[in-house]
Amino acid sequence: MKNLSLIAYLDLRESIRARWFLVYSFVFGGLIALFFIAGVTESQVMGFSGLSRLLLMYIQVTIVILPIFILITTVRSISGDRDNHILEYMLSFPISLKQYYWGKIIGRFATVFLPVFFAMILALVIGVLKGAKIPWDILFLYCGLLFSLSSAFLGIAFFISSVVKSSEVALGLSFFVWIFLLAFIDIALISLMMQNRLSEELIISISLLNPMEIFRVAAISLFDPELTVMGPVAFYILDNIPQVVFVLFAIFYPIILGLGFAWLGFSIFSKTDLV
Amino acid sequence: MIEVKNVTKKFGSTLSLDNVSLTFEKNDYIALMGPNGAGKTTLIRLILGYYHPNVGEVLIDGLSPIKDRLKVLEHISFVPQLPPPIKLSLEELISYVCASAHIEKETIFHFAKEMELDLIPNLSKSFFKLSGGMKQKMLIAISLAKKSEIIIYDEPTANLDPKARDNFYRLLKENENGKISLFVSHRLDEIKDIVNRQIYMDLGKVLSDEKI
Repeated sequence: MKNLSLIAYLDLRESIRARWFLVYSFVFGGLIALFFIAGVTESQVMGFSGLSRLLLMYIQVTIVILPIFILITTVRSISGDRDNHILEYMLSFPISLKQYYWGKIIGRFATVFLPVFFAMILALVIGVLKGAKIPWDILFLYCGLLFSLSSAFLGIAFFISSVVKSSEVALGLSFFVWIFLLAFIDIALISLMMQNRLSEELIISISLLNPMEIFRVAAISLFDPELTVMGPVAFYILDNIPQVVFVLFAIFYPIILGLGFAWLGFSIFSKTDLV
Repeated sequence: MIEVKNVTKKFGSTLSLDNVSLTFEKNDYIALMGPNGAGKTTLIRLILGYYHPNVGEVLIDGLSPIKDRLKVLEHISFVPQLPPPIKLSLEELISYVCASAHIEKETIFHFAKEMELDLIPNLSKSFFKLSGGMKQKMLIAISLAKKSEIIIYDEPTANLDPKARDNFYRLLKENENGKISLFVSHRLDEIKDIVNRQIYMDLGKVLSDEKI
């Protein structure tokens, strides 16, 4: 346990010193600042206004950039250490592979989750200072969703990092996973739906396996389902599944998915050649 | 005791070790030699438990370095040929080493001083930002502080100046009694004073194994 926390702590310290972490924190903190400067909280479009509108915009941008940020910064965690012989040296000490691997995951989770979380807190503080009404329900939902999305992609990234021996290949694979989940599945499913090859229920069920799709729909689940901004898929899901059930699914499924991938990654990491 | 029993290791279709059998006992100070691709690094990595052999087994005091990783690595010190670009500060690296290998911080400071490496002003610096010689001295200090029964050095003096080499050989002489020391080297003349056995490998096989 002591070694686990030490590795998590050292990974966190190492990440915080890295340039990518500065860029990463700047992007999310900067987004919030930019929204305030642009007057997003004062505008009213399609029924959204104030902090709710700002948070919604933040979450919609986050869904695109958070997964790729997590993937490209994390995917080299194990494979990069393997490439440059750090793993060979660090694992020459009597530290269990379990502690090393899971310690790295915990440290990296804190690194990727805290900046996006603190950016939301920043929005909250600025909103309060400007006298805006705080949408607590949306805030808590988005914190939960960011936590679960971070878990899912961190698990996937560690899985790739463990399986692939070269960090260059790992990076390429992470781009593929990102674009596949971001757009390819939707395009393929829309195509199938238009050709009436599969039933709508089956297509929606497949789309619900995609953590990014779940995140996207759950992010707008607290709003009025009649709003056109939701789109047909979100409307269909929210019309058929009770809101509470869907929100719980949207939070727990990506966490389980991330843990599953991370565990699979550990299994491969510990049973194959280490370096 | 290290026992390498009929070990074969392949990477894809490339044969890296071909049915190698070796035994290293206490007070064996070995020069492991051979050209690039001879299988020296593969042999070391098998002893450290990084590789799974395709055939045969490696035992350290009767234990498998893969299944009993923690117990085995408690007794092994390892210094790689090129210091890896570890981004931790020296202080963080020392805390990692002390926590995992259960050694005192002061012992590392002692051996660093013996290697003429002043740790105090460099503690907050990243390991990878140190000069090549300083990195090597640091890794040597850590390996000696661990007081292991087995020490594995892969070209340990590659980055060291003559004075640092002398310090290193002196410290080894003082600390190697009753141990197994395995030196991977291309130059026997450099280590001939500290070894008593020479193994020559090529193409994954042991070509010669003699006492010197």
